[in-house]
Amino acid sequence: MSFPLLTATAALPAIGAVLTAAVPAARRNAAKSLALVFSLATLALAIVVLVRFDPDGGRYQLTESHSWIADFGVRYELGVDGIGVALVVLTALLIPFIILAGWHDADPLETGDASLSSYAAGRWRPTQGFFALILAVEAMVIISFEATDVFVFYIFFEAMLIPMYFLIGGFGDRAHEHGEEAASTQRSYAAVKFLLYNLVGGLIMLAAVIGLYVVAGNFSLTEIAEARANGTLDMATNTERWLFLGFFFAFAVKAPLWPLHTWLPNAMGESTTPVAVLITAVVDKVGTFAMLRFCLQLFPEASKWATPAILVLAVISIIYGALLAVGQRDIKRLVAYASISHFGFIILGIFAMTSQGQSGATLYMVNHGISTAALMLVAGFLISRRGSRLIADYGGVQKVAPVLAGTFLIGGLATLSLPGLAPFVSEFLVLVGTFERYPAIGIVATFGIVLAALYTLVLYQRTMTGPVKPEVSAMPDLRARELLVVAPLIVLLIFLGVYPKPVTDIVDPAVKQTLSDVHKKDPQPEVEAAK
Amino acid sequence: MNPVNYLYLAALLFTIGATGVLIRRNAIVVFMCIELMLNACNLAFVTFSRMHGNLDGQIIAFFTMVVAAAEVVVGLAIIVSLFRSRHSASVDDASLMKL
Amino acid sequence: MENLIALLIAAPLLGAAVLLVGGRRLDAVGHWIGTLLSSVSFVFGVILFSDLLSRDAEDRTLTQHLFSWIPVGGFQADVAFRLDQLSMTFVLLITGVGSLIHLYSVGYMEHDERRRRFFGYLNLFLAAMLLLVLADNYLLLYVGWEGVGLASYLLIGFWQHKPSAATAAKKAFLVNRVGDIGLSIAIMLMFTTFGTFAFGPLLGAEGEPGIAGDASEGRLTAIALMLLLAACGKSAQVPLQSWLGDAMEGPTPVSALIHAATMVTAGVYLIVRSAAIFNGAPDAQLVVTVVGAVTLLFGAIVGCAKDDIKKALAGSTMSQIGYMVLAAGLGPIGYVFAIMHLVTHGFFKAGLFLGAGSVMHGMNDEVDMRKYGGLRKYMPITFVTFGLGYLAIIGFPGLSGFFSKDKIIEAAFAKGGTEGWILGGCALLGAAITAYYMTRVMLMTFFGEKRWQPDAEGHEPHPHESPRSMTIPMIVLAFGSVFAGGFFSIGDRFLHWLEPVTGHSHGDSPVSALTVTLATMVVLVVGVAIAYAQYGRRPVPIVAPRGSLLTRAARRDLFQDDFNHVVLVRGGEHLTRSLVYVDHTLVDGVVNGTAASVGGLSGRLRRVQNGFARSYAVSMFGGAAVLIAATLLMRAV
Repeated sequence: MSFPLLTATAALPAIGAVLTAAVPAARRNAAKSLALVFSLATLALAIVVLVRFDPDGGRYQLTESHSWIADFGVRYELGVDGIGVALVVLTALLIPFIILAGWHDADPLETGDASLSSYAAGRWRPTQGFFALILAVEAMVIISFEATDVFVFYIFFEAMLIPMYFLIGGFGDRAHEHGEEAASTQRSYAAVKFLLYNLVGGLIMLAAVIGLYVVAGNFSLTEIAEARANGTLDMATNTERWLFLGFFFAFAVKAPLWPLHTWLPNAMGESTTPVAVLITAVVDKVGTFAMLRFCLQLFPEASKWATPAILVLAVISIIYGALLAVGQRDIKRLVAYASISHFGFIILGIFAMTSQGQSGATLYMVNHGISTAALMLVAGFLISRRGSRLIADYGGVQKVAPVLAGTFLIGGLATLSLPGLAPFVSEFLVLVGTFERYPAIGIVATFGIVLAALYTLVLYQRTMTGPVKPEVSAMPDLRARELLVVAPLIVLLIFLGVYPKPVTDIVDPAVKQTLSDVHKKDPQPEVEAAK
Repeated sequence: MNPVNYLYLAALLFTIGATGVLIRRNAIVVFMCIELMLNACNLAFVTFSRMHGNLDGQIIAFFTMVVAAAEVVVGLAIIVSLFRSRHSASVDDASLMKL
Repeated sequence: MENLIALLIAAPLLGAAVLLVGGRRLDAVGHWIGTLLSSVSFVFGVILFSDLLSRDAEDRTLTQHLFSWIPVGGFQADVAFRLDQLSMTFVLLITGVGSLIHLYSVGYMEHDERRRRFFGYLNLFLAAMLLLVLADNYLLLYVGWEGVGLASYLLIGFWQHKPSAATAAKKAFLVNRVGDIGLSIAIMLMFTTFGTFAFGPLLGAEGEPGIAGDASEGRLTAIALMLLLAACGKSAQVPLQSWLGDAMEGPTPVSALIHAATMVTAGVYLIVRSAAIFNGAPDAQLVVTVVGAVTLLFGAIVGCAKDDIKKALAGSTMSQIGYMVLAAGLGPIGYVFAIMHLVTHGFFKAGLFLGAGSVMHGMNDEVDMRKYGGLRKYMPITFVTFGLGYLAIIGFPGLSGFFSKDKIIEAAFAKGGTEGWILGGCALLGAAITAYYMTRVMLMTFFGEKRWQPDAEGHEPHPHESPRSMTIPMIVLAFGSVFAGGFFSIGDRFLHWLEPVTGHSHGDSPVSALTVTLATMVVLVVGVAIAYAQYGRRPVPIVAPRGSLLTRAARRDLFQDDFNHVVLVRGGEHLTRSLVYVDHTLVDGVVNGTAASVGGLSGRLRRVQNGFARSYAVSMFGGAAVLIAATLLMRAV
């Protein structure tokens, strides 16, 4: 038996989480370093997976399969296709930056947070807990990207909520306009809201998972998809539709799709910025990924049936999220609404059912992860300097902290999909892919690019330009640790904008497979079709 | 004599007991009414045993008596301790069970 | 030789990277690094130009394929460059004028502590602009297109501490983004129609016609109109012209390079480059000419009323680009002349802006022409170079503008029919107004008595000639303004140079060339005479008179901004604010409402648990009774 590489990528951060949590209370710095080392080791393993993966090979590679609950046909099955590999690497790549950016966020002595420091002498270990929870989330996200058994996927999809709940509720952002008391109330509200939304989605999915078992007799994605494809497993039209809706609802909550989005601004606003990045750049990707992998493969006919409605919701998400971002007074909530707009693009690309759209959507997941991480983490550095999330509290930062302002601008430009930076490639592919089949929807979505420019530039103008406000006049520029977080992300943004081929080469074959699952072909160009 | 008449009697006793439980406030009286209801049930059991010609009903009746005896012991103890703490045997004075 | 094309872009890109990442340690030499690298690019351009000249006219297209950029399914975008006569013309203009303006900026920005960064942005602009004109497909062109937009954003907002500059920068970017929608949709339409958006297969190469003509006219019209929308945004044409006036908040060299000579003409490049598409869509061409004609009058009228010297010149730029767009809309009759006017305009308008910058440099950054006056004695070189630029732009016989503008007016008449008369009339009227407002600028700035005022800190202005690094570029550009037009026109050199790319046809004009020239002369004299009567013979008041309704309207950009403000800005604010409210109360409210109603229900249910043993007993008896009744009922049924 070969070395279980995929299990290892998930097990390593899990072990790291346990060890980090076990570090004695007084040795906080050791816990941080330990977490960083484990996240870097996971990244190394993920790169091994990337190297071992052959884009032109079989569909699922590096597969592992063991019997688990034989009575119910549950098997512990893992395997990755090109889409899975891209997202596993993205996750493993972002976690070290998240850990590094949150270096002091849960440290009672660094933050001077009274509620934390009163425990510092005792056995309470907030720092250890914070980093252990992040690693736990990483482990579950990675295994969700790798699972090819619906039951295994479901378990980790749901279990992810537990560490996320504690990360949001336990380590919130202390910067709040109405003081720490209000921050604490808001924080528990946000955590509970996050949990309830996702639990409801998960419960409905559980019903659909059971329904799928009743119909198919096992949980194996590959077996069911194959049986679906060669006609040995017939589903009644209505059954398929109900099961599809059950799965889709859970993923739409997680993604989040309008109108199920309202938990995201609260969760991102109230949590610390590294956790906010974790939510939007990593955890939410499981939702869009699962649409591509589970909804389309298990229920191809129902997916096609639901496409028009989903496309409309996606376009509403794009425009609505962007418009709300324009109206925000809070930097983090602004980024959250911008993310809702971007998730609209991803879902649009997935359900446009063209190779450009789906490749673009997968690329979008990767690029959005990097660009949001860059923008949000710099915003976090900015907020930590002033202790306020309100846009109106800033002004003229560019004068006192030019490097911070410069990186913030690049993050913003990536968010508005400036050509030359990575998100442009994916956004344009999604738009082209949509336009080919649904011109009207493609055109409406294109208006999103003007709104994206509006909210980004308004944010930049109000915070960075203009006369220097007295409160920011002593603001220090980016420190070495912070630059270490931001600089590689910016380099990646530029590199993937100029040369996205490495990613598209991996993703493209997997997308072609998925498209053939739903029996769709790219439309022919008009001129050739006429000949 | 027609055994059904015993059933009528049992029903009558049960109703009297139930009414007593509902309308009386004194814990001792409520308690005695519960005993009355239990014994009404016993009467019904024994009657059925006779009507069906097997011993099941009589066995259950003995069980009921044992439970009733245990209940008397526990119940009276509760009532006594309630009376000690509140100087009243009214069931309405003890409403600690609400949320 | 092909490999030089990438280096053309790489040189200024390297400069931008070094200057922006290098940090403060490069402050001392940054401006020279920037100037050097832009000149290197110019030298490469000249080498490539001589190489092209040594080839046959049909064989003057060089292509360089660097790498495959976005290969997805049937979608194929490459990083590839195409150098032909059209892009060569632009390369020389961009790197030539660009290098001169780099040199000028060394002096102009001398006292700015962020000069290094300014040069970094200028180099970034050059790289993006070169990418725009050298790209071999529309998607790569789009990268350059937005790249120049970004550079323009950074440079307009260079003095970020001024809120007006930051706002102007944002406005420029946003209005351009509206145009970008057009370019995006055009590329998407090309992809769905032709399956490609590369120049070679689409527009034709090496004498082979492209597949652009294979599509239906409706499709071509749609693509062409979307390209026009993009061009309107970038080239400040009606209805997306509102950003250009505000863009004058940027440093003057920026106005000269980006907002006069090069970037704003990108729209004209786009239209001429897409000639194969426009030729198949006559309806779209008509719209192009209308946009051009409206803008040339609009810009000219606005230019008449502005007292800010840079804004007056901005109105003029808008108007002159209107001429180019008009010419480009005329089809093969006008393509060559559009580009020719673009080049001569690049010379004289850059020269005029640099002259304006020189004047501001000597006048404590005062921009109000009413506070100038009589400067010719104090700034002789500026006066002469600005004066030559002035003569060139109004079309004084023998100077650059005379040749290029005259050809456009002629071509407009040659369109034929009623349209020809209307367009030609507009172009003639525009020439008259041009003569008027430029004479006004000239008289108010350099003639008359001194009207100098101390600035806000009480410093009296001491006008003086600018340092040599500033005057040399002005002299070179003045040279170009005088001779370029004549040089191009003798033996139709420019026509023969560009014809293989753009094609050319003569059209039949209802009026002879001589008549057009004479008419142009007449309106020119009329325009100058009116301006002289108003500003030359009478003293200029320091405080602007109230003016007629038209003047007041023109000062406010013909209310276009007010319209935008009321409809888009205010309306948008209301929309977002109400949406925030809706999101909070309605979308979130449904969920929170569900939670609240569950909570309320359980609160009410809780009251049943009142703690009285006897009420529990009632519910027990009641429940038992119901159960028995139900059982009996079921039996009975």
